[in-house]
Amino acid sequence: MGREQTNARTEPASLRLSNVSIALGSKTLLTINQDVGPGDVLTVMGPSGSGKSSLLAFIAGFLDPAFTASGDVTFQGESLIALAPEKRRVGLLFQDALLFPHMSVYQNLAFAIPKSAAGNNAQRLELVTQALENAGLEGLGDRDPETLSGGQKSRIALMRVLLAEPRALLLDEPFSKLDADLRQQMRQFVFSQATKRNLPVLLVTHDAEDAEAAGGQIIRLVD
Amino acid sequence: MLRFAPPFAVLVLAGPIFCGLLATLLPAFGYFPALGGHHVTLIHFASFFAEPGIWISISLSLATGLVTTGISLCLVMLFFAAWSGTKLFIRVQHLVSPLLSIPHAAVAFGLAFMIAPSGWIMRLISPELTGFTRPPDWQIINDPMGLTMMAGLVIKEIPFLFLVCLAAMGQVRSVEHSKVATSLGYGRMAGFLFTSWPLIYRQVRLAVFAVIAYASSVVDVALILGPTNPEPLAVRLIGWLNDPDLTFRFQASAGAIVQFLLTGFALLVWLGAERLVKILFENRVSKGARVQKDKLARYLSGFSLMLTALMIFIGMTILGIWSFAAYWSFPDALPRGFTLYHWQRQLAAVGTPFRVTLILGLISTLIAIAIALACLEREARTGKTGGYRSLQLLYLPLIIPQPAFLFGLQMLFLSIGINTSFSALVIVHLVFVLPYVFLSLSDPWRAYDKRYSWAAASMGIGENRVFWRIRMPLLLRPILVAMAIGFAVSIGQYLPTVLIGAGRWPTLTTEAVALASGGDRRVIGVYAFLQMLLPFLGFVCAAAIPAFVFAGRKGMKGGA
Repeated sequence: MGREQTNARTEPASLRLSNVSIALGSKTLLTINQDVGPGDVLTVMGPSGSGKSSLLAFIAGFLDPAFTASGDVTFQGESLIALAPEKRRVGLLFQDALLFPHMSVYQNLAFAIPKSAAGNNAQRLELVTQALENAGLEGLGDRDPETLSGGQKSRIALMRVLLAEPRALLLDEPFSKLDADLRQQMRQFVFSQATKRNLPVLLVTHDAEDAEAAGGQIIRLVD
Repeated sequence: MLRFAPPFAVLVLAGPIFCGLLATLLPAFGYFPALGGHHVTLIHFASFFAEPGIWISISLSLATGLVTTGISLCLVMLFFAAWSGTKLFIRVQHLVSPLLSIPHAAVAFGLAFMIAPSGWIMRLISPELTGFTRPPDWQIINDPMGLTMMAGLVIKEIPFLFLVCLAAMGQVRSVEHSKVATSLGYGRMAGFLFTSWPLIYRQVRLAVFAVIAYASSVVDVALILGPTNPEPLAVRLIGWLNDPDLTFRFQASAGAIVQFLLTGFALLVWLGAERLVKILFENRVSKGARVQKDKLARYLSGFSLMLTALMIFIGMTILGIWSFAAYWSFPDALPRGFTLYHWQRQLAAVGTPFRVTLILGLISTLIAIAIALACLEREARTGKTGGYRSLQLLYLPLIIPQPAFLFGLQMLFLSIGINTSFSALVIVHLVFVLPYVFLSLSDPWRAYDKRYSWAAASMGIGENRVFWRIRMPLLLRPILVAMAIGFAVSIGQYLPTVLIGAGRWPTLTTEAVALASGGDRRVIGVYAFLQMLLPFLGFVCAAAIPAFVFAGRKGMKGGA
């Protein structure tokens, strides 16, 4: 792929959550102190309102002002929290694919490619074509995202996140809206892609099967 | 840069109003050195109150403000109670929305052409039913009680209140409330009025106040339909302001302050009425009257609301017909033939007002949308919302009666030498365009799914690029609708345009209103037709541009 970027430094490419604590008013929702190694999945399980989505929002830089958070999240020693959201380079996947409805599939994917990865249109096209192949969706580049099936949209969303060359993946119940058999496929696809790229993955879910399929450590939040 | 957007918006809205009010206040109390007023005195108030029939004018304005608002709000409320959640409601909603953009003056002319003694209704039933072969000598238009003027305002304000209530209804979960009430055995209308209406009303109060303020100080509709001897207060004020004897400016300013107090008093009366209704209402609620038999009331409310919408439509049609009419003598329901003659004859004359209207509308709309977007984007980035305070500020230009600050503003502009300049005109149009652009854009802006922006940012896309590439395109439709509304508001402005433009910048609206006294229906038809055509074209663009830009993108269809 020619896009290795992780081994440049000696420290392993893990995502470190140091005493991350999220509170709503005076109520502390969660406290986590944990390393997520490259290719590992940390699953945070809990019912809705347990603050698990706020954890991802905090790491990505979109925490609602109603919440307060403390602690730090670092990647190779660099604090992510100190950076602007767009400089953090953590890929977010939501319940919905959120493909930009005004762009074609190709435009959606090309939009995510950083300048450093492809300087010209030919290189972009190359990367997008590779990504579509990788997802088993060859030839769908010109389609309107709204005409894709749910499973296709999810896969495009994942490829879009990966094309942005994230340092870690944050998954916010990304399988919950898929049909049961599709869900199984999608889990496999997501985790295999993350492992292949040695990305630390943080998954929040309320579905025990998700946690099981992830195969990593599980943190259970109680209400 | 973005940081300066909210303070700039405050300056654009509040600056002209406060400076204008102050500059009205000084001459009202006799201080205006340029005209030889060096001493503070109450003499101008004394001469104001000594004008013949002044209390009739004051009462007329007060009554117009309260009666118009009361009737239009009641009609809208009852219609919502009777029909919300039905197919009919959705149909009426589609019918009413485009009416919002038609300028007041055009609606007033439409009504006049319809119900005047020589109007279309009379032609339709004459001579068969009435026996008239000549228009009767009835004073329907310009009637001394101002009933026709109030009717014109009612049919024009209903679409506004309807759409404001509609937006509020979406926020208060009225469907659920109504279902609960129905399951408790309440009739449809009673259930809605007891549960949903108080919540909706709380949200639309400022808009209702704006209607009171507008109706109690209206000039253009009053010039077309209102009583003439004496006129409502605001019309008389304009007369004094335009008097060749410049000392009348003092009296006009004093009158503008009275107008300010009058509108304030109307609002106070309304607040008192609110209290009273609340007490009566709570009394009813605690008695638990179910009022299940409301069929007749439902049909009546449906009929009356649709009638008001229909009147605008028919009025607009008649305006159009007149502008193309060949010979059309009295009892004939239609002209003998159609001709382009009036259009050809007016083409040269209409060119300048048309261009001024268009350019003024476009420039003030573009500035307004830029300010609104900058403020909203700033809000999105900082997470700080202006809240209710900023909403009140947005309604400020709509709640303060126009003469009260426009008189002063005119003199202020005069003294710094920018009166009658095009930029002064843009400044004063912005005061009215910005609130509407802001109000119509802020709901869809806030309804935007922020996760699109988050997803983009997590891909390393910077804030500015997210704004231009994601948020703007996704909100293109509501942005263009907000612009179309702003454009329509600019086109409809009468008083700000005549006062600040001082005749140097004729617009379709100022020209049309000026034609009112002449009464040449064919020429009025041409102007009024153009007056409604321009806003309509704005809305056509707002619908067509997204459809064209996003052709083949199913996800971009319908309201974003």
